[in-house]
Amino acid sequence: MNFSLTEEQTALKDSIGKFLERDYTFDDRWKVIRSPEGWSRAHWNKLAEIGLMALPVAEADGGLGGGGVDTMVVMEQIGKGLVLEPYLGCVVLPAALIKAAGSEAQRTSLSEGLASGETLYAFAHTEPGQRYERASVALAATPNGDGYVLSGKKISVLGGDCADVLIVSAKVPGDAEASLFLVPANAAGVTRHAYPMQDAQRGADIEFANVTVGADALLGTRGKAQAAIDYALDVACAALCAEAVGAMTELQKITIEYLKTRKQFGRALGTNQALQHRAVDMLMHVEMSRSMALEAATAVDNPDAAARAKAISGAKTTINQACRFVGQNAVQLHGGIGVTHELNTSHYFKRLTMISVTFGDSDWHLARYGDALLAAA
Amino acid sequence: MDLRHSPEQQVFEKEVREFTRDNLDPHVARKVLEGSRLDREDYLGWHRTLHKKGWVGVGWPKEFGGTGWNATQQHIFDEVTADAGAPQLIPFGLRMVAPVIMNFGNKAQQDYHLPKILSGENWWCQGYSEPGSGSDLASVKCKAELVGDHYIVNGQKTWTTLGQHADWIFCLVRTSTEGRQQEGISFLLIDMKTPGITVRPIIMLDQEHEVNEVWFDDVKVPVTNRVGEENKGWTYAKFLLSHERTGIAGVGRCKRIVKRLQNVARKALANGRPLIEDVRFRDRLAQVAIDLRALEITLLRVLDAEREKRQPGPEASLLKIKGSEIQQVLTELTMMAAGPAALPYVREGDNGAADVPWLSDESFRYATGHYFNFRKTSIYGGSNEIQRNIITQLVLGL
Repeated sequence: MNFSLTEEQTALKDSIGKFLERDYTFDDRWKVIRSPEGWSRAHWNKLAEIGLMALPVAEADGGLGGGGVDTMVVMEQIGKGLVLEPYLGCVVLPAALIKAAGSEAQRTSLSEGLASGETLYAFAHTEPGQRYERASVALAATPNGDGYVLSGKKISVLGGDCADVLIVSAKVPGDAEASLFLVPANAAGVTRHAYPMQDAQRGADIEFANVTVGADALLGTRGKAQAAIDYALDVACAALCAEAVGAMTELQKITIEYLKTRKQFGRALGTNQALQHRAVDMLMHVEMSRSMALEAATAVDNPDAAARAKAISGAKTTINQACRFVGQNAVQLHGGIGVTHELNTSHYFKRLTMISVTFGDSDWHLARYGDALLAAA
Repeated sequence: MDLRHSPEQQVFEKEVREFTRDNLDPHVARKVLEGSRLDREDYLGWHRTLHKKGWVGVGWPKEFGGTGWNATQQHIFDEVTADAGAPQLIPFGLRMVAPVIMNFGNKAQQDYHLPKILSGENWWCQGYSEPGSGSDLASVKCKAELVGDHYIVNGQKTWTTLGQHADWIFCLVRTSTEGRQQEGISFLLIDMKTPGITVRPIIMLDQEHEVNEVWFDDVKVPVTNRVGEENKGWTYAKFLLSHERTGIAGVGRCKRIVKRLQNVARKALANGRPLIEDVRFRDRLAQVAIDLRALEITLLRVLDAEREKRQPGPEASLLKIKGSEIQQVLTELTMMAAGPAALPYVREGDNGAADVPWLSDESFRYATGHYFNFRKTSIYGGSNEIQRNIITQLVLGL
């Protein structure tokens, strides 16, 4: 048992921290939000220079071979700074999919653009009516000569607005499991409806109308993608847990600062016991979340998929609940100013709220954890 | 960063597991696992077994005869022994007064008391709360007047857990009424055989005798039994409380209860199906198991951070709140699992199940009593509201 970061991890954390201090003030962030793309290539390149894009790519594939804890270190900083650049959607998730599903040749060829940050990938998986059920894929891949024709719709695709290549989950009629296809975002028949999300990050709903792809579009083996999908979404959940901890730690700090400075009835708000105890409960949620983000980060690389699933869902349950508690109460303790757009409090609240409904809400993960208890019976 | 046990820790875990399997009295283990009340000998038997092995001073430094184990080893020991059904080591001597004597006592006190705490020869109890001093502990009134080389102690302590078994009591007494109330308290070690001490049982809501009132009527205590300086007792008292809180989280015991609850929920039937298939019940079970895991990692983080220091920080308050809440949820869930079998009150007998052959399900015999009993956990050791005040002040700085 060991709770220390390695020297490299500490250095990584410090580099991102410096980037945030220098380039990511609240005002800088506003400018980016108002830009047409909603995120900044210049920031992206700086993060690539620090090594973030290469981090989750295996060393054999030309990356840095980082694991769950490395991603945790990065995501905590991303949460702290409310970073808009699509690191989770366009790097963490695709890297996990390519690693888990790709053939050796695919891993080598796809990883180059991924690790340099030049090619943006996004995972198009969620569908209308699917909610969080990972195996429920309706988008059809109909065999067509050597290749396939894809038809259907994907929603809430993280980084779907900007990705060069979409990794699309689809079902070949008759197959028990889904397959993954690499589809250029500008392929004929692909229509993306890009939008800013509630937290100012960007995403897209994407329609596939008879999109023709060759046999080489298949990532890995046909009809055998479920394990890779589960792995990648667990990696994404662990990353979200860490991002949430970064964001809620900051939000907790901001709230305590506000309780110390804001005066009503001639004294600081923080002298009221009702508010003090609420603040302590927020702190407890933050600390329990920090523990469970560690649980998730150290579990993602566990080859035992059942143990991994249980740990990830336990962690995401704790963190979703904390996102809600810390977010709502930070707003409440701020009072009126907390519900305005001009203060960063509401921005943290919104990001935390979106995290709590991304890749499984509290109910979904609690049920998945419960299934693990049942299976152990 | 790694939450798994290292190979050395795995070896240690195996050693503890095997020792416990070979040396824990199965009769006592059965009582612990089914949740029946333990007597003095049940506790002491295990205490002596560990003492013989050199394992009883779990959190103690080696210089005082302790194990010198690090935080992780202590946690492994706690978890493995709890899982096997070992009785909890009574904390009043080992975890509470001993650290105070080590840090603030003089050499004579250390030489006399510490070996007797280790061997189990002296059973300690805690003389902190008074009828008028619960959360407001610094207002204690039990008076100690210095006459020659003795203090004359008069007053009353209450909520004295297992005081009926105790050989010694550590007491916060009022030695001055001037200045701030915190500055007139002294810390005395008192032999329970001293004339003038009366112990009266308090029967709790589960109809059990666990706590007591202790009365002092002109009790003569040698001045040499005072720890540290006169009127500085509050410092030592707070030091002790932070030690108490780390232990109160009770993670090892909670893990055992979760495991047992899982088993019970597999066996208990609801409309002919195992209770664990009921999604509402399973959600509750999953939630508390997740909360417990979060607490466990947090405890390990706190212990890890305190490795270098000797005194737990204010984070211990956080563990106390969370641990006591989880214990309460677990006992409540066990009662809920019992369903209608939660109703009968069964007085503790000598023959276990043979006393109550008519009982429909032996596994729920103590469920409701425990639920009632565990309401104490959010009140004792400083109520959870007091813990929130402590965190407010010392962690949040509000």
